[in-house]
Amino acid sequence: MEITLSPLSPSFSKTFITSLYELKDGERIRTCLQCGTCSGVCPFGYIMKFPPGKMIGALRAEIFDQVIKADSVWMCISCNACAAFCPSNIPITSALMTRAKEEMLLAGNIPSELQAAMENTQRYGNPLGESPRKRADWTAGIQPEVNILSKTRQPVEVLWFVGDYASFHSRMQPATKALAKILNALGVKFGILGTEEFSDGDSQRLAGERGLFEMVAHKNGQLFKKYKFNEIITTDPHAFNAIKNEYPALGIKYPVRHYTQFLFERLEQLKPLMKKEIKARVAYHDPCYLGRVNGVFDEPRALLTAIPGVELVELSHQRMNSLCCGGGGGGMWLDGFQWEKAHTRLSEWRVREALTVNADILAVACPYEPPRFEDAAKNVDAGGQLKVREIAELIAESMEG
Amino acid sequence: MKIAVPVKFVPDLVEELTIDPGGTALDTSWLRLIINEFDDHAVEQAILLKERVGGQVIVAMAEAEGADDFLFASAAKGADQLIRLTGDFSSSNNHALARALADLLKELKPDLILTGVQAHNDLDGSIGPLLAEYLGLPYVGYVAGLTAAADMVTVRKEYAGGLIAEMEVKLPAVLGIQAAEQPPRYVAYSKIRQVMSTAKIEERAVASLDLSGGITISRMFQPEVTERATMMGGSPEEVADKVIEIFKELGTL
Repeated sequence: MEITLSPLSPSFSKTFITSLYELKDGERIRTCLQCGTCSGVCPFGYIMKFPPGKMIGALRAEIFDQVIKADSVWMCISCNACAAFCPSNIPITSALMTRAKEEMLLAGNIPSELQAAMENTQRYGNPLGESPRKRADWTAGIQPEVNILSKTRQPVEVLWFVGDYASFHSRMQPATKALAKILNALGVKFGILGTEEFSDGDSQRLAGERGLFEMVAHKNGQLFKKYKFNEIITTDPHAFNAIKNEYPALGIKYPVRHYTQFLFERLEQLKPLMKKEIKARVAYHDPCYLGRVNGVFDEPRALLTAIPGVELVELSHQRMNSLCCGGGGGGMWLDGFQWEKAHTRLSEWRVREALTVNADILAVACPYEPPRFEDAAKNVDAGGQLKVREIAELIAESMEG
Repeated sequence: MKIAVPVKFVPDLVEELTIDPGGTALDTSWLRLIINEFDDHAVEQAILLKERVGGQVIVAMAEAEGADDFLFASAAKGADQLIRLTGDFSSSNNHALARALADLLKELKPDLILTGVQAHNDLDGSIGPLLAEYLGLPYVGYVAGLTAAADMVTVRKEYAGGLIAEMEVKLPAVLGIQAAEQPPRYVAYSKIRQVMSTAKIEERAVASLDLSGGITISRMFQPEVTERATMMGGSPEEVADKVIEIFKELGTL
């Protein structure tokens, strides 16, 4: 699609690089060796007119306005592979790419799909554009009843930050119910924010909407203050990342874990409950913001291998080298834009990897992924053989025995 | 060029609409309001025009929950003057709203008035033609793009079947905007926040509303199942079987 541009001042490169220095480890950009590792490891580097390494080169040459004009930064899905493998430890994703997107967005140069997600977040508190009144509808029929803190105001052990896709997306709701069932079976005293909850805002932040991120973060922060709990658990690795790494700078400090870490701690209690065999070769997809960014690799795998019958197989891209599902950093809302540019989807690539290792099930731990991978499987030869399951769904299924 | 954009909010269809127990109106207790989509395009078109030929954009609307947010967002996009009409609009209709807006516009004397061509809750005609009538100005609706000269605009008006007419309209005039030349732009939340602390919303009190000319609603109801429609239950497979049977009976298969 065509993007109209506001004129940039000739000193744009200089003001832009100065703004990077103000960010955490931003000055490291000076130490770039121009080795090109970032551009090589970037799953969309081959399609970008300016992959990360070239962006830094353009900054040094003071022709960064050309980077902004090329709009290829909207191919970045903030998967953090570039930063993870950079020998100079430059925060490429969190500083360079995010600031570049911010610049595009401030100038109003934003693909329309992404614009809709941002406007929805502003208006409804979730990028899907769903009525916030329906955020807790998934709890209907669950026994014992899910404790919605605004209604009960009871102190709880665990505040479960359910998140947007886990609350609203019809493919994710079964996984959300499954996790509620597991927590109930373990006797965990948990509560949710229900209709009050706002988007965690992390993907919007990584797509350049810093102001919107701060707005939703403060709203969630006000809610956290209102209720009594010991810790937060999240369904979504993006929410986990935001509350763990980004909210504290805004004065919102709470202990937080991803649900897979929380369940791993209770694995001995969980094991005798998992009686039904799930005889399958299961490949695990490391979500970027659980694994590569926050170092949680082993807990999800331990949960999967504890399920009777499961044979865990590894994908060719795994752990630090995991391949993004394509949904991060705004990618969830750039499907059309990115398809137009690349004519491929990372989720399809990932499904092919799972088929290559003869997996029966692709296990995931991020709410973007069940719908993304299921859709991708429909577009891939023999994709119909592959089932996509959230880890919580597999555990709950095994508990039915 | 001085461009005025009167806009209005409509019920947001993201919430399920329920009928008031009285049976003649929507239940407003859960109603969420949103900018009429066509009005959003009218604001965009006004700002595009301002960017091309210079001038001033005034956005005006009746008070409602969320109205200030919309006005500030318009300012962040480039609107220069924001006006909120205050008063009791709970039983308003388009005739009354257009009269109230006409009084304001007589005072503002804009060269051009752009407004959304229609809204999904227009029960008594759309705002544009009513405004034109009360102001004694020409009106052209279904406009998708325009160019401006000193005392005249050339508008592209859409007709059914993909026909487009170009016509010249002497100013001042009222135009009903079908679509702006580009989709309404995005404005970063931080920019809206900045504007909130600097921009001012002027208030204009509307003493009383003149509802005459509007319609009387005798009954408001959800779509009802007619006798010709057959509702099919069951699993997707069962429904598919039934559909195939029906198609066979009708001889289409």
